[in-house]
Amino acid sequence: MKELSLNILDIAENSIKAGATLTEIILNETDDILEITIKDNGCGMDEETLKNVVDPFYTTRTTRKVGLGLPLLKLAAEQSEGSFQIESSIDEKGHGTVVKALFNKKHIDFTPLGDVISSITTLIQGHPECDFLFSHNLPKGEIKLDTREIRQILEDVPLNSYEVIKWIEEYLKEQYSEIA
Amino acid sequence: MKSLAELQAIKEKMKDKVILREDSGNIRVVVGMATCGIAAGARPVLNAFVEEVNNQGLNSKVTVAQTGCIGICQFEPVVEVYEAGKEKVTYVRMTAEKAKEVVEKHLKSGNVIAEYTITNDKLIGG
Repeated sequence: MKELSLNILDIAENSIKAGATLTEIILNETDDILEITIKDNGCGMDEETLKNVVDPFYTTRTTRKVGLGLPLLKLAAEQSEGSFQIESSIDEKGHGTVVKALFNKKHIDFTPLGDVISSITTLIQGHPECDFLFSHNLPKGEIKLDTREIRQILEDVPLNSYEVIKWIEEYLKEQYSEIA
Repeated sequence: MKSLAELQAIKEKMKDKVILREDSGNIRVVVGMATCGIAAGARPVLNAFVEEVNNQGLNSKVTVAQTGCIGICQFEPVVEVYEAGKEKVTYVRMTAEKAKEVVEKHLKSGNVIAEYTITNDKLIGG
């Protein structure tokens, strides 16, 4: 993947496939480090599946026998001398999955974050029935979007209406330009 | 500065449109958004479809949706067009530029752009 924002989009799609009603995308960033956390309340994975999930030759898909999403994110983190962690629970009370990847921004093999706004709007466009919490903590401030708040205002108007998607895009852009 | 009050205004404006939309929308554009599609450039292709469908005033006629891997990863980004009463059209190796062209020529005017499509016999041949 050319941008980490594409990995984020890809991993969040897994959350939705796992039946998540809320997917949280949290970025914590300093001058040296970027930490990406993707947390969902989907069905979760059992221990056996969890062990296999970073193996590129394991997948839940039936169309072909390799799954590259998580291995690619792990690789991107490790090639910047960062780290990768995944936890999952199938417990009835608190099921879900947390993927955490840490990047060393100063490393020559660090993949740039890229257009994260586009990944967020793409997720909402494709899954208007799901909720997303996006938070990007930067040294100069926090960028935040919670679709639950937006949904409350919109009532019956779908979140993937063109006007709403455009509003979300502009809303995020403005927040970034304010702290730039 | 964008405010939540602005969203309220969008809601008021959209209310009537939503009712209209329910009984229309007979073309469905589906973009493959699995790992293979995303890595090959599906995100800008999807956004180009959303943008251009709106620009051409086709929002009530065309729905842009996302799907997973359809099994022809080497041809990603892949876009399928479903239209009632017509055979499915599969566009392959799409770009944002090609997407704009598909909206104008195919979705708006009804002319399939054959050179961007793939046929079943080619798929079987690999």
